[in-house]
Amino acid sequence: MSNSEKKESSLLSMVATLGIITSLAGLLLAWVNVITAGPVAEANRQGRISAIESVAPKFDNDPLSEAVVVAVGGDSVKVYPAKEGDRLVGAAVEGFSMNGFSGRIDVMFGFDADGTVTGYEVLSHAETPGLGAKMNEWFRSPEGNRSVIGRSPARANMTVAKDAGDVDGITAATITSRAFLEALRTAYDAFHQIETAN
Amino acid sequence: MAMNNKLRIIYDGLIANNPTFVLLLGMCPTLGTTGSAITGMSMGLATMGVLVCSNMAISAIKGFVPSKVRIPAYIIVIATFVTVLQMLMQAYLPSLNALLGIFIPLIVVNCILLGRAEAFASKHSVVDSMCDGIGTGLGFTLALTMLGAVREFLGTGRVFGLDVYPERFGSLVFVLAPGAFIVLGLMIALFNRINRR
Repeated sequence: MSNSEKKESSLLSMVATLGIITSLAGLLLAWVNVITAGPVAEANRQGRISAIESVAPKFDNDPLSEAVVVAVGGDSVKVYPAKEGDRLVGAAVEGFSMNGFSGRIDVMFGFDADGTVTGYEVLSHAETPGLGAKMNEWFRSPEGNRSVIGRSPARANMTVAKDAGDVDGITAATITSRAFLEALRTAYDAFHQIETAN
Repeated sequence: MAMNNKLRIIYDGLIANNPTFVLLLGMCPTLGTTGSAITGMSMGLATMGVLVCSNMAISAIKGFVPSKVRIPAYIIVIATFVTVLQMLMQAYLPSLNALLGIFIPLIVVNCILLGRAEAFASKHSVVDSMCDGIGTGLGFTLALTMLGAVREFLGTGRVFGLDVYPERFGSLVFVLAPGAFIVLGLMIALFNRINRR
């Protein structure tokens, strides 16, 4: 490699070169940001809408614009009310737990008007693949007492069987199961507040 | 002759100087994103996209950059392309972006990129640098896809999400971190043996 053809490293040339390169980089990023800002917002919105649609009962309003933030035990939980006309038919609730095996778990739960779980979708987690990460399938499986769908925290004890509850936790992932059900109870509490207020 | 030369550069990156199996660069995403064939391949292709762009840009600016500030200049170029890639993925491939998560921004610190910038792009023409980016990028993609496919097959009984045998016969260790090291080690051994012939 011949360094001779390279420019001399004087203070001025170094500052100028880095200045020009960072300005060009900044311009490029600003331009791409302007182009992608719309599609990014739309993609986030679509992701949220499809999660709400897959968990909540059928609705004809726009749950995103009617979202309410509810305080549960010192934290805030987002509730997306699902309405048909003016009647509240249920809601999608962004439940969460900080007690996953690898930190925070976010799960979108759907409830119908009387608080029965109609569906759920794990939004984000960092649980172990093959163990805790199975929660997106496990708690809807019809086997044994795994499924939380069709049950209500008002009528059943939504804790794992190991803690004398009514739900079969994931084999070898009890911590994840506890966190998942904690997220469910948090979501239910938030929904209950909305429902009684209505 | 000229064409042969370009092919030679691509072949070097893909096989003879394969970034993963021969140069052992970029081990973090290699171990972290190869839980399945599809994530491995996506990560490889994302890295290849950035590598081709950064190699070409660095080759184009190599004459203007004073040698004392070349590394920060290269890092700015690489970081810019990674950020562009991330914005594009958030906009048009949100589910893939969610799957790869933190590993997309971490492409910035992938030593393959800075390595190729310093070892190749800063000394060769724009077109040659592009070929090097394609070759090295393909090599990385090939390695990650193979690793991902083997781990997915042994761990879950699937390849590219298609069932091959029932999941309960799979052994979980291959999906977890230890399996990544085991499979990677065996593949490096295999690759070196093939290359030595």
